[in-house]
Amino acid sequence: MKNTSQVNPLENEAIYIFREVAAQFEKPVLLFSGGKDSITLVRLAQKAFYPAKIPFPLMHIDTGHNFPETIAFRDRLVNELGLELIVRHVQDAIDEGKVREESGKYASRNVLQTTTLLDAIEEFKFDACIGGARRDEEKARAKERIFSVRDDFGQWDEKNQRPELFDMLNGNIELGQNVRVFPISNWTELDVWSYIQREQIEIPSIYFAHTRATFLRDGLIWSAEDAVVYREEDEVVEERLVRFRTVGDMSCTAAVLSGATTISKVVEEIRASSISERGARIDDKRSEAAMEKRKQQGYF
Amino acid sequence: MEVLKIATAGSVDDGKSTLIGRLLYDTKSLTTDKLEAIEKKSKQLGYDYLDFSLATDGLVAEREQGITIDVAHIYFSTANKSYIIADTPGHVEYTRNMVTGASTSQAAIILIDARKGVIEQTNRHFFINNLLRIKTVIVAINKMDLVAFSEERYNTIKSDFETLMGKRDYQDQKISFVPVSALKGDNVVNKSEKMPWYTGKTLLENLESIAVQDIYNVGAPRFPVQYVIRPKTEDFHDFRGYAGKVYGGELSVGDEVVVLPSQTKSKIKAIYFHDENVETASRRSSVLITLEDDVNISRGDMIVKANDLPTIDKQFTAIISWMDDQKLTASSRYIVQHGVNKVLAKVACIHNKINPDYSGTEDTVDALGMNDIATVSFKLNKPIFYDAFKNHRTNGSFILIDSQSNNTVGAGFIQ
Repeated sequence: MKNTSQVNPLENEAIYIFREVAAQFEKPVLLFSGGKDSITLVRLAQKAFYPAKIPFPLMHIDTGHNFPETIAFRDRLVNELGLELIVRHVQDAIDEGKVREESGKYASRNVLQTTTLLDAIEEFKFDACIGGARRDEEKARAKERIFSVRDDFGQWDEKNQRPELFDMLNGNIELGQNVRVFPISNWTELDVWSYIQREQIEIPSIYFAHTRATFLRDGLIWSAEDAVVYREEDEVVEERLVRFRTVGDMSCTAAVLSGATTISKVVEEIRASSISERGARIDDKRSEAAMEKRKQQGYF
Repeated sequence: MEVLKIATAGSVDDGKSTLIGRLLYDTKSLTTDKLEAIEKKSKQLGYDYLDFSLATDGLVAEREQGITIDVAHIYFSTANKSYIIADTPGHVEYTRNMVTGASTSQAAIILIDARKGVIEQTNRHFFINNLLRIKTVIVAINKMDLVAFSEERYNTIKSDFETLMGKRDYQDQKISFVPVSALKGDNVVNKSEKMPWYTGKTLLENLESIAVQDIYNVGAPRFPVQYVIRPKTEDFHDFRGYAGKVYGGELSVGDEVVVLPSQTKSKIKAIYFHDENVETASRRSSVLITLEDDVNISRGDMIVKANDLPTIDKQFTAIISWMDDQKLTASSRYIVQHGVNKVLAKVACIHNKINPDYSGTEDTVDALGMNDIATVSFKLNKPIFYDAFKNHRTNGSFILIDSQSNNTVGAGFIQ
């Protein structure tokens, strides 16, 4: 029989964190977007509670601007694993007049997700929301704790965070507060891909190279196949061989030129890449402090 | 791949963020878009060099004030290792942040400004890294470009630092010295042409030579039960597994164990490493254990080997690093979180406090403020199962939680 000498410290840390969430909170939820990071979280959660089922539901805040491939993938995964999935729609908040749709060239529903998320947290009285954010993604996220306390407005008080020592996680909160939990805080993009490769985890097809009708704006490649991506008439559509490195809202996620059709080719490509993962996310380019501002307002 | 966590310590303006930025830049870990952002911002601020601290100072207030406020985690890797650097600020909450950063680190870099040499803060940085028993410390003497790359200056600082080392409690700490210029890139990743007199390793070579496996003093295996897993499915009808992480040595199937606090004896029946059966669970692995006997176990209990028990007691004395604005006072009450176990604690006595200049201790103290470090005795409402910090890094440490604010207000190292 094997022993555990080939311990992956990041995997063991993530499993430890998942178990702390289940033990310290009454109503946790795993925020699931259908992207590679949340798919990795699902695999880690399965391992953390094996042979029992994952003891909390998944929740998807659907902007209505998701890649169709991602939604199909999400539904299949949930079915296969017998998980409970909650979906809340940004469209509902728009219809109720709670938030206003952005307009123009850079319109996105990314920011609008926050209202829907906070409403859902209140509706289900979730006290812990597990997410796939990583500290290497962005510099405001580099300051984030593993257990990050939010007040009842979902706000992140970045200058007044609890110190996190050893691997002891303090989940004590007041009624109305909730904690955002980031089990893969210490993973890098490459760590996630290597894990997907090692564990042979299935991921949506848009992560692999495919031919897509696209156009160029601000040096980035945008999908011209999906109506929600705003395109001006003089922006020329051309077929390109591309893949997506992150899977966010279609309107703010650009593609990259790539011939990587398998996981091992993707890993190779990322190892050699000189652009950061969020370099193709227009929502971060709005200003230097874009992420910090969104997080203060309760963004995940 | 091995992951090495490093804490950094330095005073304001010693160039810590610049050093980290330089490490990222010279290891080609800064991506084009991040580099472009730094170039743009440096230009905007009117600098004639690239300000690498812009790569790490992530909060608006930090960039406005040009200082680091909160611990940031920075990631880079070489062919050999993955690195996580805890970039800890040198300001206001210095001790709190340093202890926090160092608590999860296996190595530390202490920065000294070559112009200023060993100053009071250096004393503190060294003291904290020694208190936390960080095995490998690299002293980077920075800004060598501003002292004309002088060998004499380097030797003076080195020998001043060695005087500090005489006073240390943890004598096994490995300390090495590197003269660097973070701004110019000398001896960080690339060997300096300006300092031919220095024949030792560059900063990165020092980091690369650390063997992560040897870092923890092993100690006896301790298995705090995090969570009880009962699937109640057809296949696993009567299954009761105990989830947790192995600290210290290893546990194997067949080991005779004792469950604390009930002191019930049993044997390890099976170990699941995620979804696989394994023979042995090595330290720091997250596993699931089942026992031969039907024992009543819940979260906070501890499974240990029958021949190597920890101390089981309702009181202990510890060195406390206080981290809150609200003072710790004699007879106040806190929650002690020791691993996954939470118990109520009352301060019995504050024995002595380390002087602010770390030269000695003060005996008559009735309260501790932010950044104070002192020896404190506690009484608990129920027993915990602990080891001394010097023998067991994990089972000898705890955090203090304020039961009203729920904040983490202190860190403790059991004596």
